[in-house]
Parts: sequence; structure tokens; C-alpha cells
Amino acid sequence: MSIATSIEIDAAGLYYKELNAQIRDAVSEGALKVVLKNVTGQRYIGTNLYGTVDRDTLRKLEIEIHGTPGNDLGMFLDGPTITVHGNVMDGSGNTMNHGRIVAHGRAGDITGFSARGGEMFIKGNAGYRVGIHMKEYGDMRPVMTIGGATQDFLGEYMAGGVVIILGLTLKPGEAHYCNHVGTGMHGGMIFLRGNIEPHQIGTGVGMPELTDKDAELLTNYIAEYGRLFDTDVSEIKLEDFTKLAPLSVRPYKQVYAY
Amino acid sequence: MRDLSMVCNPYNEDKVISACSIFGMMDVSGKPFSGEPVFRAMENMHDRGNGLGGGFAVYGIYPEFPDHYALHIMYTSQAARHETEQYLEPRFLVERSEEIPTRKTDGINNEPLVYRYFVLPKIPKQSEVTEEDFMVEQVLRVNAEIDGAFVFSSGKNMGVFKGVGFPEQIARYFRLEEYQGHIWTAHGRFPTNSQAWWGGAHPFCMLDWTVVHNGELSSYGANRAYLETIGYKCTMFTDTEVLTYAIDLILRREKLPPEIFARVISPPLWEEIDRMPEDERKLQTALRSVYGGLLMNGPFSIVVANGSQMIAVTDRIRLRPLTAATKDSTLYFSSEEASIRLVSLELDHVWTPMGGVPVIGKLGALPVPEQSTKRNYTTSTPVEVAR
Repeated sequence: MSIATSIEIDAAGLYYKELNAQIRDAVSEGALKVVLKNVTGQRYIGTNLYGTVDRDTLRKLEIEIHGTPGNDLGMFLDGPTITVHGNVMDGSGNTMNHGRIVAHGRAGDITGFSARGGEMFIKGNAGYRVGIHMKEYGDMRPVMTIGGATQDFLGEYMAGGVVIILGLTLKPGEAHYCNHVGTGMHGGMIFLRGNIEPHQIGTGVGMPELTDKDAELLTNYIAEYGRLFDTDVSEIKLEDFTKLAPLSVRPYKQVYAY
Repeated sequence: MRDLSMVCNPYNEDKVISACSIFGMMDVSGKPFSGEPVFRAMENMHDRGNGLGGGFAVYGIYPEFPDHYALHIMYTSQAARHETEQYLEPRFLVERSEEIPTRKTDGINNEPLVYRYFVLPKIPKQSEVTEEDFMVEQVLRVNAEIDGAFVFSSGKNMGVFKGVGFPEQIARYFRLEEYQGHIWTAHGRFPTNSQAWWGGAHPFCMLDWTVVHNGELSSYGANRAYLETIGYKCTMFTDTEVLTYAIDLILRREKLPPEIFARVISPPLWEEIDRMPEDERKLQTALRSVYGGLLMNGPFSIVVANGSQMIAVTDRIRLRPLTAATKDSTLYFSSEEASIRLVSLELDHVWTPMGGVPVIGKLGALPVPEQSTKRNYTTSTPVEVAR
């Protein structure tokens, strides 16, 4: 049986299990692009594709979503690229390994929750606890780029990875409105463009200078953001970024007795 | 009214992926509309509940009785009904009494008898009690003292419809497609710390005010102790009850604005208060001193309504989800944005309010998103809408 390399699924009225089963079937039959129309809150889209096809095929897979996908979009994502033409809700990229999530809208809470690898690009603002407990090991390092600003507890308990906040939705001179940034952070880095007061930042988080490697990483991701969302990023200057990184990899070592 | 046979997780599943769903829809122009989009939005969040509670509050449904209190009462037996009606008779002028129309619905079992009464209170001449306080006292007494009877709705020109089941089943059971209102709030329940029963479903109601609640109030004990010193009796086996009485105290009795109510239940942290301008700091310090016992701890998001406004607020560090949106003169609140998009694909604004910062829609005025997407302790200026 031959199948078109691109397949379209109308998600209207489909329960999330049925929708995800149809995506898996399409992929295991050889589809390299799956277009989902009329998505309204179906959870876990893109989850559990690992194992249905070989890893190389999975890395080439594109999932294009029209509508509003539900919580935990791309959970455990292990290769595909998910592009959302709309907003994403809570927990996108939950524990993702490889691949990419691109949202042409805003994102909800706990975006990039526990991510272990891969890339996320959010065009607009994001909610609470963005990047909570992101982590990294060896070559695996998740990088999340948010075009707008976020709400409180950005990078809470962050153990690794990179979060880049471009602050493009703030008015000129307006400070970031997130509080408790990096609370409990013990790994990874946050690069934040725009003004932020010391009281907005959690204890145990320092503001080291940008290194040459940081500058290279930022330059690449800013350019990619501009390309993906067709946005002029020429105004974004590296000197407008504050780098936030933990002062200690074990901030609570005094708290526990052994 | 203590049929507790339905307990959490009756099938002993080892993991139940669930959370409550809340939804609110208000046309601030005051135009009544069918609840059909609300039922669809709730059905879309089916998986957030587990079938152990669903309900709706609808405002503007009894225009033929604008001045009468509409008492919705559930009974476990005819005997409880007779006892209650004997109790009501000397205390109220009962203009009309009838069984609330229902239909046999799959998934709805052990249903109680449900009646409604349109009443005017007969307040003794020598009494100095206000009409509203008299009503509250009667509602609390029926609920506490008559076994097998429970008043679950007691406002004017509004009604609560609720029970054990999924919200879409409850809507069908109570034939809610036959009603039109200008505000609808809705709830799908996943009981966590208390057992499911018909009266424990949401919305909770006291006179015109209702609340639907996702989350839990870990401060229940402290809140209850505070409210009992003021005379409220907690009889409903669930944390949301203290929220209902806090609303009754602050919004109805003391007539404080919703902005103040939000600052009482979800106050800023002391370190934030320290950074406030002086008049703000004085106000917030006073609120924390006077209403310290009504600080609600733990994760929650709620939608509160009366006939003229609909308010959403979360706990101060936003541990439960809430999305607000507007389209023309309609305001939406939802646990999930997708449910709003399902019923209105195009929206003028959609946003996530900051923890503890209320979003307030009033007849004639929509909220401005920027006033709740950032933490800003100044009085809100709403967008005027023609009525």
C-alpha cells in the first residue's frame, strides 16, 4: 500500500487517543508530514512516536497543527518538528528529548517542563514556571527561545539547558514583570533581554558576564527566531541581555543533613 | 442530605489523570443567551473531571419572578420535603412551588428529588435583621438542621443546577437547553480531599453569589475557624464552602469591591507589600490584619458571579490554570484556552492573568487584559460597553 508523504487529519471532535493513534498510523505507514486541522485541546500530540518508526525517519517528521493543541504538546518528543499555527496551552515540550516545537502564538504555563534536549521557539509571551526543571547531560541540552516575556517563576528549579527571553512584547523601557526568576536554580542559563530588578531574581542566582560562546549561541538563536517568525531582529543587541546562572550547583546543601 | 455512597475513584484506578474544569461566559451587554456553547466547552474538558460532580449557575433565568428568591432544594425523601415545606410555610410567602424539570439521563444515578420555590421572606416586625441576612440564616438552618434536605440555590432571577455526573450529563439531566441567561458559570469536578455527593458539586451558592472552584484550599481549617467566629456553619464536607462564606461576608455583607476580595484571599507576599507605595502598603497591611483568617492557601482558580458581574482569580502564585478572553461584548473564563476557541474561534483578546490578580467583567464593562497580565495594584478602569 502506498501512502502520500504528507497526510492531513481533521481533528474536529476526535478524542485525543484516537487523534494520536491516527498520527502514529500515518507515520508508521511512511508519512513524513502530518497536517492537523481544527485541533481543540487534544492532549499529548506527538507523544509516543518513538518506536513506531526508525529514528532517522522520526527526525525528518513534521507535524503541522492548526488550532489550539492541548496540554503536554510534544511530551517526550524524540525527533519530529511540531509547528503550531496558534497558541499552545500548558506543559508544551514536557520532558522532550530531541526535535523542535515552534508556536506562532503564546504559550501557557510550565512550557519546556523538564525538557532534556531539543529546541522550542515561542513567538509571543509565555505563562508561569517556564523552563521549570529543564536539565542537560553531555551533548543533550534543551534551548528555549521566547519572543515575548513570561510570568513568575521563570526557570524555577532549573538544572540545565538554556532559556532565552527576547522581551519583544514589552514597551520601550518597560521592565520585565516576572518575579521569583530562577528560584531554586542549580544549573543552566537564562538570557533575558530588558530591564529586571534584583528583587525579581531568586536567591542563589548570579549575573555573570556573557562569554564569547554565549554571544555565539544568542546570535544563532536570535537569527533563527527571526527566520522562523519572519520578524526583524536587527534591533536586538547582545548588550541588552542579562545572563542569569546559579551561584551553586547545590543551593540547598546546608538544608539537608546526611 | 448525606448520601456519600459515591466516593472518589470508585474503580480503584492507580492513577487518575484529572483536575477540575471551570468555565464562565458573560455577555456584559446583559443579553441572555443559550448555554449550548458552555455545554460544548465543558464537554471538551471532560477529562479534567471524573464524573463525580458537574454543575452550572445561570443568571437571568426567572424574569417572571425578579423580586422573589428562587430556592432550589434537593431532598433524599418525600418526608424531608414535607418537613422542609412545613418549615418554610410560616417564614415565607411561597408564590410558586414546583418540581424542577429533569429527564432520565445515562450516567445520572441516585438522583434526589429537586424542587424550586419562589418565595418572599416574612420577617417578624420587631426584628432588626436585614432581608438578606434573614435569607442566609434560613438557608443555613435548613442545610444544618433538616436531615435529607439541602438548599443549593437561593438567589433572585438565577439558579444553580448541579449533581453527581459529568457536566454535560448534568446539563442534559436538568434540561438546561431550555434556559437563557446573560451569565453562565460551569464546573466539572474531580474530588480530591472529600467525598462526592449531590450537594458537594459546584457551583456553591449563597443568595445571588456563586462560585466554581478548581484546586484545593489547604487553609480550610484556619478559614473555617475564622468564619465560625462570625456565625457561619460549615456543613458541606468540602473546602469550597469556606470560599462561599468568604464571598458572602466580603462581597455581599460588607459590600467591598472584588479587587479587595482578591487581595484578601490571595494577598501579595509580605516582601511585595514592603515595596508598595505607602497608601497601598497601609491598605494591604490593614487587609491582612483584619482578614488574615481568610487568606486562602493552596492551589486554586475560581470564577465568582452574581447577577451583574463575573470575576476570576487564582491563588497568588497561580498553581491552577486560568485563561481569560473577550470577543465583542462576551467575556470568557476557562481552565483551558482550547475550550474558549471551540466556541469562539476568533477572539479580540486572550490572556493569562497573574496569580492573585482578579479579572472582572461587569454589566456594561469588559476587563482590560493589561490590568491583569501584570501585577499592578491600582484600581482598574474597565472598557465601557453599551447595554
